[in-house]
Amino acid sequence: MTTTGAIANIPILSLITFLPSVGALLILFFVKKQWEDGLRWSALVISLATFLLSLYLPLTFDASTPEFQWVEKAFWIERFGIHYFLGVDGISLLLVLLTTFVTVICVLASWTDITIKLKPYMALFLVVETGVLGVFMSLDLFLFYVFWEIVLIPMVFIIGVWGGVRRLYSAIKFFLFTFTGSLFMLLGILALYFFHGKLTGHYTFDATILFKNPPSPQIQRWIFLAFFLGFAVKIPMFPLHTWLPDAHTEAPTAGSIFLAAVLLKLGTYGFVRYSLPLLPNASMYFAPLMIALSILAILYGACVTIAQKDMKKLVAYSSVSHMGFVMLGIFVFNPEGLKGGLLQMINHGISTGALFLLVGMIYERTHQRMIEDYSGLVRVMPVYAIFFLVVALSSMGMPVTNGFIGELYVLIGAFKAHWFYAIPVVIGVLLGTVYLMWMFQRVFLGEVAVQRQNSIKDLGRRELLAVVPILIIIFWIGLYPKPLLQVTDASLNNLVKIVEENSQKSLAHK
Amino acid sequence: MPPVGLNISLTAIMPEIFITGLAFAVLVLDFFLSKKSKFILGYLTAAGLLVLLPGVLVSIDAQPAFGGTVIADRFAAFFDIIFIVAGILTTLISIDYLKKENIQRGEFYYIILFAILGMMVLASSYDLLTVYVGLELMALSFYILVAQRYQDIRSVEGALKYFILGALSSGIMLYGLSFAFGFGGSTNLNEIAQHALGDRARNPFLLLAILLISGGFAFKLALFPFHLWAPDAYEGAPTPVAALLSVGSKAAAFAVFLRIFIVALPEYQSEWSKLLWLLSAATMLFGTVVAIAQSNIIRMMAYSSIAHAGIILIGMLVSDQTGVSGMLYYLLVYTFMNIGVFAVVTLVVKSDGKGENIRDYSGLGTRQPLLAFFMALYLLALAGVPPTAGFAAKFFILASAIEAEYYWLATIGVLATAVALFFYAKVIFYMFMREPEGSLEMTATGLAGKTVLLITAAGTVIPGIYPAPFMEMAVKAIQPLLK
Repeated sequence: MTTTGAIANIPILSLITFLPSVGALLILFFVKKQWEDGLRWSALVISLATFLLSLYLPLTFDASTPEFQWVEKAFWIERFGIHYFLGVDGISLLLVLLTTFVTVICVLASWTDITIKLKPYMALFLVVETGVLGVFMSLDLFLFYVFWEIVLIPMVFIIGVWGGVRRLYSAIKFFLFTFTGSLFMLLGILALYFFHGKLTGHYTFDATILFKNPPSPQIQRWIFLAFFLGFAVKIPMFPLHTWLPDAHTEAPTAGSIFLAAVLLKLGTYGFVRYSLPLLPNASMYFAPLMIALSILAILYGACVTIAQKDMKKLVAYSSVSHMGFVMLGIFVFNPEGLKGGLLQMINHGISTGALFLLVGMIYERTHQRMIEDYSGLVRVMPVYAIFFLVVALSSMGMPVTNGFIGELYVLIGAFKAHWFYAIPVVIGVLLGTVYLMWMFQRVFLGEVAVQRQNSIKDLGRRELLAVVPILIIIFWIGLYPKPLLQVTDASLNNLVKIVEENSQKSLAHK
Repeated sequence: MPPVGLNISLTAIMPEIFITGLAFAVLVLDFFLSKKSKFILGYLTAAGLLVLLPGVLVSIDAQPAFGGTVIADRFAAFFDIIFIVAGILTTLISIDYLKKENIQRGEFYYIILFAILGMMVLASSYDLLTVYVGLELMALSFYILVAQRYQDIRSVEGALKYFILGALSSGIMLYGLSFAFGFGGSTNLNEIAQHALGDRARNPFLLLAILLISGGFAFKLALFPFHLWAPDAYEGAPTPVAALLSVGSKAAAFAVFLRIFIVALPEYQSEWSKLLWLLSAATMLFGTVVAIAQSNIIRMMAYSSIAHAGIILIGMLVSDQTGVSGMLYYLLVYTFMNIGVFAVVTLVVKSDGKGENIRDYSGLGTRQPLLAFFMALYLLALAGVPPTAGFAAKFFILASAIEAEYYWLATIGVLATAVALFFYAKVIFYMFMREPEGSLEMTATGLAGKTVLLITAAGTVIPGIYPAPFMEMAVKAIQPLLK
């Protein structure tokens, strides 16, 4: 365990994680309910401060080592070997940055969108950020589970209180699906804990120790299935995805952005961080199934997306397809695929988040989400149309944008595993072009259909402030992805190595 | 252990003596107070119990006293703390409730004290006779308490059902205890254990005793299929009494259930754990599934408490250190979160029955944000959502099940928890995501009510964020039991 940076004894990770929550408390207790601008600005300042603080991480990150950095560790419940244990490596670093960045965008997106109960809304949003950051940083499975559930409750409220017409139904569905899944994950965590304890005599939830001694292959399979239920619901993978269109469609714009950009990554992150190294044999055993489900998700998701008439729902369903790419990349077990999967997580977060943001902007103006209600928008809102086009292109994986790099790596990884896997990837990308371009054509091109549309204003300054940083990142990753790839290299190579070694090790003590 | 001498140690039963004295003081003072000022008795009761709280710790004594009939060990002290805390909280919410319901009677308070006395006797009993005495004292007090709202027919119905089934279960248990005495050779728990030791060939009559005693406790704990009295008794009882019934009597029954099975009959663990497996699984599933269908919040909480008893039972059938200490932790935090829910219900409910329907809670988040926030906190804790104590409690119990390789039972527990989320979340959704229905005007929360809300919230959150000291306390408490 190495600690880096000159200020290694400052608990930087805890600061980043809990700053939003402390901010939420400040907002709750010290900002008056009636002073709405104050609420907005304080939320913005807090989220921005968190983002800036998190920028400290890439600046001092040591990319040459796969070790966890800025480690903080202390006993929480000593009797059970439960720790407060935070650490960041190349895999989680990018996701942490994505989270802090997207939260700022979300606060900007809620600026005028949220008109009722602003105070609890902002507070809840900041609490969700703490939860997500905690999930990405925790290296103790108990702590991981606690943060995992902390994410859930505020998100349910955000959907259920500030959502659209069918918000109650969507919130309950989201709640039940994810809570049930994660309870099974808890069972898996407990089983892992006790099997490891019986095997080595060392009872601990510390993941870095658990990594060293995976249980026997037979047991791994059951634990893998338990983890699968927890993670796959969040991603969501094909048969468990039905909560997603409802939740994404009914959530307020910022809620959809956060769900798509960050929350879905919790599941894939769980697979990469825990399922692969802890349960290597089971991961390989179930890999064909996972790959089949991913391919199904890519194709099925894309086909369903094409048929959507509601813009928000269309973007929501496209997530099913895109997360299929990520899962495929993870389960082909080579560095390229993993790298592609990880990169695609970031890209999906940025591109889909941006799509929700843009759809939310037009919805705020007209309160229409149906594609058929729009036509020829490019003449009314040219700036908006250009932004939309760029984001759509990045989402479908156009070269020069971020989407291309991620999909390319997944494609290489898939091809290396078996040439056949590459076919659905290509078809998926093609179908992606179909639904996004077709939507663009219907909404933006053609005659200006409705007279009322003439009065729609183009993007304002605040909105530009939210979109432009995203565009910069889209092109930055698309043109010069090297820093990102470099950061992840050591950790991902190490992960592949651990999977290899551990699978041998656990075969030995069968 | 050789036959203990008489060992007359008054410190061992000091808490019991104190609480008896307090009850009589309240009884006497009741004659001198006018109807308007009966609330003084409530404050007196609460203050007396508060004084007793440190007294419990002073009286700890590892040796059985009075010829081995009672023992004031850490185990008993742990439960005494639960009873006293539950008693204080119940009394505090009763004061306003009784005024609202116009039940201005002094006996309410001293019967609560007698019920707590019964529980304390139960927790420290070390002899089958003391067990029965404590059980009856507690049960008789509760029969009276449930009927306190006798203008309402439901109260009478609930009390009658509770009384008849309670008497039946006492009979069954007494029958079982007599078998335990007859074939265990003694009424002393330790001597029964000595007698059963090395008894390779199973004594069929002791097995029968186990069956009957389990049946009797299943009634007291409202385990499926012996739960029928619970929803009616909870609904009919004054709401604070339902709160005490759901935590106090449950904890007391678990305390003595544990004591009998673990101290006197550990040899038969492989048999009784199978029996309890069935009871636990059936209770968890039944309680949660039926709770979904309830529209009355008190009945829902009754079924919820049935389901919780099923989960707590897992710890008992595992009966190792993790399981039993997990039970104790669970019962401790359950006291806070369950009384919290009942406190909110007490504040909302009207004497004409308004406020009992879950629909009446719609829009509570807008009308009384603070009250709704506390309610949501307690409900999430009951559902087992981290970082509340409800999660840590469920975690310890499930951990014990996995450790002892009861995988199916753990899976059933998880399924039940997932189903339970549905009805807890339903109330939360009604409170925050629906507009107010009708006009249920709110009474302001008094100081006593606010105190209860704060204490229960602290007890719901703090042991969840920092469970270690509470867990250590529970582990220390069970050391005299598990040798």
